[in-house]
Amino acid sequence: MKIHNGYNVGLSVDTIESITELGRNEAHYKIPEKEFPSDPSKPNVKLFGTGGTIASRLDYRTGAVIPAFSPGELYGSVPELADICNLKTEKLYGVFSENMGPEQWKGTAEAIGREIADGVDGIVIGHGTDTMHHTAAVLSFMIQDSPVPIVMVGSQRSSDRPSSDAAINLMNATYAAAHSDIAEVMVCMFGPTSDQYGLLHRGTRVRKMHSSYRSTFRTIGDIPLAMVENGKITHLKKDYKKRDKERKVIINTAFDPRVSIVYYYPDMKPDIIESLIDNGYLGIIIAGTGLGHVNKPLYPVLKKACEQGIHIYMTVQTLWGYVQMFVYDTGRDIMDLGVFPASNMLPEVAYVKLCWALGQSHDRDEVSRIMLNPVAGEITEREPHNGYLILQGGIPEVEEFISKYKK
Amino acid sequence: MIKTMEEMTASDYKAIGLRSGLEIHQQLDTAKKLFCRCPVLPYSDVYDARILRHMRPTLSELGEYDGTALMEFKTRKNITYQINTDTICTYEMDDNPPFELNPKALDIALEITMLLNCKLVSEIHILRKQYLDGSIPAGFQRTTLLGVDGWIPFGDRRITIIQLGLEEDACREVSDNGHERVYLTDRLGIPLIETVTAPDMTTPAEVAQVAVILSNLARASGKVRRGIGAARQDVNVSVAGGCRVEIKGVSRIPTIPLLVHNEAFRQVSLLEIKSELSDRGITASTFSSESFDVTTELSGTSYRYAAEALKKGFELRAVVFRGYRGLFSKITQPGHTFAREISDRVRVVACLDSLPNIVHDGEEGHSFSPNEWEILRKVTGAGQEDAVIVVWGSADDIETAASEITIRAKEAIDGVPSETRQALPDLTNGFERILPGPNRMYPDTDLPPIAIAEDRIERIASVLPERPWEREKRYAEEGVPEESARQMSISDIRYLYDTAVERTVYSSRVLMHFFLSTLPHLKISGRVRGLTEDNLIDVLVEAGIHKLSIEAAAFILEGVCDHEHSEIDEVITNLKIPGIEELEKVSQHIIEAAGDLDTLLLEQYVTGRVRERFNLIPGGKDVLELVRNVIRSRDAISSSLQKTKGR
Repeated sequence: MKIHNGYNVGLSVDTIESITELGRNEAHYKIPEKEFPSDPSKPNVKLFGTGGTIASRLDYRTGAVIPAFSPGELYGSVPELADICNLKTEKLYGVFSENMGPEQWKGTAEAIGREIADGVDGIVIGHGTDTMHHTAAVLSFMIQDSPVPIVMVGSQRSSDRPSSDAAINLMNATYAAAHSDIAEVMVCMFGPTSDQYGLLHRGTRVRKMHSSYRSTFRTIGDIPLAMVENGKITHLKKDYKKRDKERKVIINTAFDPRVSIVYYYPDMKPDIIESLIDNGYLGIIIAGTGLGHVNKPLYPVLKKACEQGIHIYMTVQTLWGYVQMFVYDTGRDIMDLGVFPASNMLPEVAYVKLCWALGQSHDRDEVSRIMLNPVAGEITEREPHNGYLILQGGIPEVEEFISKYKK
Repeated sequence: MIKTMEEMTASDYKAIGLRSGLEIHQQLDTAKKLFCRCPVLPYSDVYDARILRHMRPTLSELGEYDGTALMEFKTRKNITYQINTDTICTYEMDDNPPFELNPKALDIALEITMLLNCKLVSEIHILRKQYLDGSIPAGFQRTTLLGVDGWIPFGDRRITIIQLGLEEDACREVSDNGHERVYLTDRLGIPLIETVTAPDMTTPAEVAQVAVILSNLARASGKVRRGIGAARQDVNVSVAGGCRVEIKGVSRIPTIPLLVHNEAFRQVSLLEIKSELSDRGITASTFSSESFDVTTELSGTSYRYAAEALKKGFELRAVVFRGYRGLFSKITQPGHTFAREISDRVRVVACLDSLPNIVHDGEEGHSFSPNEWEILRKVTGAGQEDAVIVVWGSADDIETAASEITIRAKEAIDGVPSETRQALPDLTNGFERILPGPNRMYPDTDLPPIAIAEDRIERIASVLPERPWEREKRYAEEGVPEESARQMSISDIRYLYDTAVERTVYSSRVLMHFFLSTLPHLKISGRVRGLTEDNLIDVLVEAGIHKLSIEAAAFILEGVCDHEHSEIDEVITNLKIPGIEELEKVSQHIIEAAGDLDTLLLEQYVTGRVRERFNLIPGGKDVLELVRNVIRSRDAISSSLQKTKGR
């Protein structure tokens, strides 16, 4: 029961003696809608909604956070967007990100292709954060040579909270889509937990690294492309694909979902791999230990899988660093079985890329050609020293850094 | 006309229709916080990191924006939190969902809810109460209602307790300058109960008296935090025709009466302005005001504050109010005029906090020159009946400032706006924000409701401590003086006293005097260092068994504390403290030896000799009483002998 002062309380049914209706007060839960203004001098941005926290509100029937967002509602709640661009929105899906899959990935890529063909200046995709890096990676493969920025955005605190990161993320993402020079698939999320700046991460190198922090997205094995704050882009990397309206986009939504990720653990039994063979999987991404290792008892079954035409790629569960299978004999042995080292591709990225490759071919050489030739920075030639930087709390100089700069 | 508090009688307050209620915030004494496992440590202004947040209003469950939230959003504050790693985790930073509600805090809060005779809810629902001022990094406080509709006795009537809630404590403000507000997080997340009374108090003094009762009640549980800042109260005040205004941040109960009085008369003054406006025919629909940029016109001013503002590149804006002549000079609180209400809004909402931030044409003292006012009146088209306010500020803030001035001036038509106001050191109050309404509440979807199980209620009820007023009544019925009963009922040693009453032979009256007077005296003089509660009770029990006076027991206590390991028996033997029988025997001897003396003299003489004989044992009064009894019984015997002889 909601009482006069706004509190809700639960009453045991058997304590209620009678109920009298004294009046009515109907709830109209709706963000005030205003028509999004149009200004011919501003770039045109298209916002696709797929669901997730960025575009959510509370559903008081179930008490859960549900996805919903119209352009009018957006303008009503984040009017600052009108200073950035002309915005059109389209709801593609209304799902939490764990429910995104091949159908939604293909649909999103095709929708983006259509908008680019219509001459839009930038794309923003609202997405749940849990699997945003999967979608960012798969779109990086499905959409190539985009003439305009494609920016994925979400929020770690739903927009029903006063301190939500949704509004700032949305403003930063929209600004990057409308005005940045980087025509790649990117993720735009908080840099620090403070309301300071967002980071633009390359779609194939980004990963969600904390279950709840605002600054959960980090570029792994490299540095982010740029910072974005208050209508300003600060480039951090020089090598990126520049905006070019003349460039023709290629949309390739090939996809074969018969791929699995196997996260190796000590004493893993061969039956895990056996079951994948038996269930008709065509590809396996192994997240191996260290430089890319699994234990000896798995060798025979891996050999069998390769011989049966299953495509197996090795990545590292350390996330940072390269697979290097020559250093130890065990690595060489594993390669001899037919397992390909996938360089410094992140396991989730390798997973969606193998699906994409198998969608195009089942030929072992062709698949490996696709897999091991980077198309969107998923494999890099070199790892800069500051590409691996997890500051360790407690150390005096780190504490000094934290106390000097807001987190 | 405003009277001082001293001049006011209860019927004067009744005449203006004063009603006042309290919201008491009391921290609970738990080891950990309410929604995370951070330890509750003493306050500290040491911090090792900072985070920055901004707040945006969100919709309530009923689809409305809260007025306070919208007002706060206008302030565009950068909110910085100072964070100490020892006391703050990612939960308080709003970077982690809440953990399970601290069950110990819930138990204590339920206990106090029961002590207040409240009706318990069957199931608690955790709500989010929006705070856009930034006092909580999430932008909302997690809060839950445990009980409603309780009461406490007050004289011959009852004060209604509207509700009791359990919530997490907020941050402490460090500074608030311009658009920068800084908070310290050292008390953030500590379990807190909020007790809300009905506006049942009708004089300022009553409000303070009820605050004391509620504070005592919370302490009766023995599970609340003490010390500075552990308990804070908000006072709600209204007068007939006025509006509920909440005064926040009252940390000392003795300041309450004057705060209430000053607020009551602020409201009376505002109502007088209302009626004056009505007499002048000004209503919401005829209200007329206009604002003008007067930066150029006043560019050469020698009025200090405006000149300084111009130097900073600020703009000057004149706002004219048709028919408002003289009203801004009206006294609303001791030493303050209605213009302060306007200035407050400009300070808080437009963040122009360098004072003065406005000047009006009715103001006495330093101001624009008569010539400049003439120009201003011309520019604004102000006639004889109109009033003009000038405000200065940066280009970013001046628009908000001018609009807030207009909003507040217009509110005067309705009398008293619903506001949260801040208690100031001179015990007047200043504007803090619009009084928030129910629209700032919405359910917390991170945590499920918790049913209050019957066995939990029974467990707490079975060990519910006695309420202070019940205890006081019980003591009084045992024959203890009323004032002592009251004092002991809220004392920390009440349980010790109860044990002594239960286990020793001494009467309540004798023990009450011992505990409230003798014992504190012994402690202060340092004569019973290291005394434990067990020691104390054992000594009192033993002294009773040995038929010693309570003063002798005090003597033994000193002996026990002096010789750490000695047995009580040993101390009694060594001190040669006489038992009552021995005292009587010695008294008889001295009386016999004294011969014929006047009774009064005899009493004093014998008492002195007896005490001398036993190393000046304490308790002259007791010895005197004993001696009197001995004399009396002697006289009784001799008189009965004489009667026999006479036959």
